[in-house]
Amino acid sequence: MPANTTQANTIQDDPERARRFREAALPHLDDVYTLARYLLRNASDAEDAVQECYLRALKHFDSYRGPAMKPWLFAILRNVCRAEYARRNSAPATVLDDTPETAEQTPLWREEQETPEAEMIRDRDASAIRRMVDTLAEPFKETFVLREINNLSYREIADAVGAPVGTVMSRLARARAMLRSAWLAEQEQQR
Amino acid sequence: MTCDEAEILLHALIDNELDASHAREVEAHITTCPRCTADLAAYRQMREAMSKTDLRYTAPASLRQRLDAALPKPVAKAAPDNVTPLASRRSVLRGFALGSVVSAMAATLLVAVVLREDNQQVIESEIVSSHLRSLQPGHLIDVVSSDQHTVKPWFNGKLDVSPPVIDLTAQGFTLIGGRLDYVDARAIGAVVYKRRAHVINLFVAQTSNPARKPAKIETIQGFNIRRWSDRGLNYWAVSDIGADELNEFGEKFEAAERANKEG
Repeated sequence: MPANTTQANTIQDDPERARRFREAALPHLDDVYTLARYLLRNASDAEDAVQECYLRALKHFDSYRGPAMKPWLFAILRNVCRAEYARRNSAPATVLDDTPETAEQTPLWREEQETPEAEMIRDRDASAIRRMVDTLAEPFKETFVLREINNLSYREIADAVGAPVGTVMSRLARARAMLRSAWLAEQEQQR
Repeated sequence: MTCDEAEILLHALIDNELDASHAREVEAHITTCPRCTADLAAYRQMREAMSKTDLRYTAPASLRQRLDAALPKPVAKAAPDNVTPLASRRSVLRGFALGSVVSAMAATLLVAVVLREDNQQVIESEIVSSHLRSLQPGHLIDVVSSDQHTVKPWFNGKLDVSPPVIDLTAQGFTLIGGRLDYVDARAIGAVVYKRRAHVINLFVAQTSNPARKPAKIETIQGFNIRRWSDRGLNYWAVSDIGADELNEFGEKFEAAERANKEG
């Protein structure tokens, strides 16, 4: 993580504001952490990103006007993750960007190479499904996680990712279609 | 409706994101199309299987501690009162997230209830989303007509209010039709106007407060909204035209409405 972390002690020392922020933002910690884990695929990077996200949110808390806290936190987290991608700068295919056209041209579903076949054939436990979700290209994965795992409405997803609702709908349709092929492929293997 | 359209919209159907009339359209297509029927069944099945699995991650205790240390402290004496209810509320919420379909629905309802507290902003933001959605191909208009005597009766039986439909063509705003939409979990009427190449959606909903409220203009996501209330109806005019033009639209609408009622 880059060290541009906002220092909490530079924020005006207002306990009431601190209380309001904690009450508004901390209940969403698991949700924010979940999205970070899916986007960054790494527990310690996810922790750093979430901490940075909360400090940035605190800094801008005065300009936050609603309506919903969760999409706002997700939007901030996305920006943090974007910076982290830039820092990693090694896997261009995973860069979060707003050009679904490019993403749609790249192969969307890649076989999970490092996973032993035996493991995939087992019961579809959480880790198997998580791996399937992980192989989705970024804009699709993000939309899918926000909808299915973080339970956001289309409008909230649109707010969080800064795209029109129509784009959210088509990305979600693509994501589910890709997961379905993977799902079917796995079922075939199980027979 | 074509399969291509249904392919996208059936997801919105699964997610309960469609208003009644679009949902009916999609369902009508699906019943006539074996491929889309199979798709819908497969996606529902996949979703159900996934909902039985907890795909969320839980923030590790170390992260909570780090955050607690990094965030400024709340009022010292309030801290004990404060931390405990927060923690218990979190565990209640975690209970909701344990994965069954029923609990997922309960969590959604909870969110809806919480959102209601900030009603006006939520509604306006939903109105902008409806406006955006209406600009998608094929979504703008359910009844196409520049004739107010066609558009107005079309709403009968679809809504609990009868939205005033006024042709303002002579004043520079062309009536092009009407649409049934869904805002704040209620069916709402949208009367659609055009100004040059720009679309104006006028949303009309009932309110329990009959008092007249003067117009207020706000901007959300780059769209202007002019909101006013009159005779037990709330109005929101939304468009990408400038605030002054939208205001002109609202004033002309209100003037014509007054002339209708009094004349």
